[in-house]
Amino acid sequence: MTPNPISSRIHGPILIVSAIFLVVVMPCLNSCGLIADFTLNLWGKYLCYGIMAVAIDLLWGFTGLLCLGQALFFSLGGYMMGMHLMLMIGKLGQYKSDLPDFMVFLGHTTLPGFWQAFYSFPFALAMVFLVPGLLALVFGYLAFRSRIKGVYFSILTQALTYGAALLFFRNDLLMGGNNGFTDFRTLLGSDLRIASTQRILYICTALLLVAVVAGCKWLTKSRFGLIQRAIRDSENRVLFSGYATANFKLFIFVTSAMIAATAGALYVPQVGIINPSEMTPEKSLEAVVWVALGGRGSLYGPVIGAVSVNALKSWASRAYPDLWLIILGGSFVLVVMFMPNGIIGIPAQFAAWTARRRNRDAATAASPANRVTDP
Amino acid sequence: MFPSFAHRVALCASLMLRFAPAVVTCGTVAAGASPPVRETIAAAVTAATPDEQREIILTLKSNPTPEAISWLNKWKEGGIFLNQDDAGTATALLLTGAPDADDSYATVKLSDGKPMLAADGSPVRINPKTVDFADTDSGLRRAMKEVADLAALADPDPEKRIRAIQDSAIGQNPDKLPALETLKRLEKNPKVQRALDESMAIIQLTSPDTAQRIAACNKLGTLHSLAARDIIKAMVSDSDADTDKETRSAANHALTEIETHIAAINAVGTAFRGLSLGSVLLVVAIGLAITFGLMGIINMAHGELIAVGAYTTYIIQNVFASGLKLSPFGVSIAIPGLNLQSGANLYFALALPASFLAAALVGLLLERTVIRFLYRRPLESLLATWGISLVLQQLFRLVFGANNVQVNSPLWLSGNWTINDVVFGWNRVFVIVFAVAIIAVTWLVINKTPLGLLIRAVMQNRNMAACMGIRTERVNMLTFAFGCGLAGLAGAFLSQIGNVGPSLGQNYIVDAFMTVVVGGVGNILGTVISALGIGVADQTLQQYLGNPVTGKILVLGAIILFLQWRPAGLFVTRSRSLD
Repeated sequence: MTPNPISSRIHGPILIVSAIFLVVVMPCLNSCGLIADFTLNLWGKYLCYGIMAVAIDLLWGFTGLLCLGQALFFSLGGYMMGMHLMLMIGKLGQYKSDLPDFMVFLGHTTLPGFWQAFYSFPFALAMVFLVPGLLALVFGYLAFRSRIKGVYFSILTQALTYGAALLFFRNDLLMGGNNGFTDFRTLLGSDLRIASTQRILYICTALLLVAVVAGCKWLTKSRFGLIQRAIRDSENRVLFSGYATANFKLFIFVTSAMIAATAGALYVPQVGIINPSEMTPEKSLEAVVWVALGGRGSLYGPVIGAVSVNALKSWASRAYPDLWLIILGGSFVLVVMFMPNGIIGIPAQFAAWTARRRNRDAATAASPANRVTDP
Repeated sequence: MFPSFAHRVALCASLMLRFAPAVVTCGTVAAGASPPVRETIAAAVTAATPDEQREIILTLKSNPTPEAISWLNKWKEGGIFLNQDDAGTATALLLTGAPDADDSYATVKLSDGKPMLAADGSPVRINPKTVDFADTDSGLRRAMKEVADLAALADPDPEKRIRAIQDSAIGQNPDKLPALETLKRLEKNPKVQRALDESMAIIQLTSPDTAQRIAACNKLGTLHSLAARDIIKAMVSDSDADTDKETRSAANHALTEIETHIAAINAVGTAFRGLSLGSVLLVVAIGLAITFGLMGIINMAHGELIAVGAYTTYIIQNVFASGLKLSPFGVSIAIPGLNLQSGANLYFALALPASFLAAALVGLLLERTVIRFLYRRPLESLLATWGISLVLQQLFRLVFGANNVQVNSPLWLSGNWTINDVVFGWNRVFVIVFAVAIIAVTWLVINKTPLGLLIRAVMQNRNMAACMGIRTERVNMLTFAFGCGLAGLAGAFLSQIGNVGPSLGQNYIVDAFMTVVVGGVGNILGTVISALGIGVADQTLQQYLGNPVTGKILVLGAIILFLQWRPAGLFVTRSRSLD
């Protein structure tokens, strides 16, 4: 993960160009009719995944904490937004009732107390941050206080996610059970089913992605980021230098959870459904795959990983539905074994390889001389 | 020794004669002391009025032989036909032989089994569709049941006897007491004795004699009678009933005793179920305790190695039966079967070692191709093995289909023992025995074999072991293969108690990791204790919450809190090294 001078010089302009492309050019092309609504919507989904991948990278690539619960925070954010969207359906649902359909189906006649406040969009937005943030705070406090780290942290977050998914699968939690939330109509008064609303949502997502990448860039370049990377490389030395590493980790953990939650909140109105299968440990692992594939420890690597894996998934699961999982799993094994720095690390790896070859060539060229002096 | 059947019947009979209502006898029955049963039945069938029929049937109480019961059953099922001759006398007939062209059958007389001849001497043939069969009404059937109950009380099979005795208490009919009392004097089997005591006490609860009622209450209390619970409960709660104070307090006392007993049964049952669930966890986690605990590899494909074992069991089962056809990637592979008669009960003995070997082989392959490059990067071994698990799952789907496959349990795994009202299912007992065996084998391999010595040396200090001349590469390979083989055994075993499908392993992987983490990494004893602890906690919560999912969520929460208290699990491997 040593910075490569050539690539970092061209990274800046490339980043700015791709940001402008994502935020401005794609929506413009869409409104001209050059990019289909479906494609733009798909890209909106990819970019949401990209934001989640950046959140994972902030934790894993920069702090060394492999969290298998990011899908939980992502879907919690999605659920909070979904609750608001469910209430916005109003009487347009299947049962023509003020209550969300699944509640009518379960025989409820009044809206449960904790749902009432979600009529307000600002409250729902606040909850998008607060609920996953608080969960991350409590869990992170407990975990970091007792110095649970490495694989134990991964396994614990996996258990947390598993438990939460089991909970959300239950009907009596009043969060839609198995089917989750779907059939959304309006957000802030605009119809979610028309292209222009979806385009605005896409622009919001792209903007958020750019903001998150820029924010994380700033954070990781700061003194804070230095300590963060020091914790990753040797937590004990940082601890012995007098830093309360648990607090640093807690801050990063909560921030990362909130970033993932915002991504989830933008994901739900674009995809139109949220259910507990989004918060299983497998989904978290899948997101970790994107980061590893794109290249961890760099902030745009994860975005590239998320977009390319999901684009590949969209294509392969249609073209080769039987082989898709084998392609994904196989490519993952290969990446972990042969490309430890992911797609983003390929140029550096290639440069190192050519340098090694040049050295070897030089060594063989010099070897006759050696032979003369050696015996 | 039990008294002979004949003896028992005779006793019942003598009893019944004393207590049965006066028998109005008619013609044929009165003639002999004990006319052949067939004649009695025939007389009953042809008797003029239902009352007469009933009374003749009740005379059978004096001799409730199995033969009589079978005739009565035939009657009930409409197998006896009536033939009216020209004079208007009815005869009970049985059909015999094969039907002829117009669906008529040859007939024999019920009374003596001889062919029925018409007035002109020719054999009578009847068509069951046109001739009436002997009908029964409800009163008649009740009488038949009385006879049948009596016969059941004398049944040579103790199980059936107990059931008949228990049935006799239903309705609390005091008429049945004397029969039960005599049986009790004769009965040697303690279980039947107990059932007799229980039924007699239940009937005596309605006795007019207060002392007897109280005695019955006390008896039922000491017997912990589950059958009497509702009756006693009704006695206690029913304030209108003319039960006196003493009886009520006795009933109260009995009820407390019975309910304490029920609580005890539930507690023992829960502990047993918890123990068996813990054993399942243990079997699933023991392989992981080696690959993850000892070697430090996060093998997310552990679940799929379990599935390899389960599918191997499936293949072996089919090889013992009629073979198997698979078509992965469009290539059809037919595995011939041995068509063994007793295959269904025997295959499992071969499936165990086969599934161990199959999973160990897959593990060996994994270790050589992927995992050996990742020993120093545990987090990345997690990701790579997850990729492998995806590939394996998809391969299972392609080879065996996306649906669950059918693995039959051998006969000796169904059934149960009931000890003191607690049911111990054999498959659960098998689970526990199997877990104990696996732990014993693992312990022996690790602690008593040269390979185990090498494993421990390499796991404690790889570099030092290498310096001493141990081929650590080879030890790693063998250890990993051993851990994977144990996962395969777990698969063979899970195929007996659950579904076998491509995602079999996914259901257990989180639980397995939690078990190892709670037990303390690197410690097999810790894994044992944590598996049993989690199993018992899970079942106890399920018992009291009545909801498996909430119980599971609570257990997961409890585990997270537990790790606050002991971050490195139950048993910590002490080390002076940092990081």
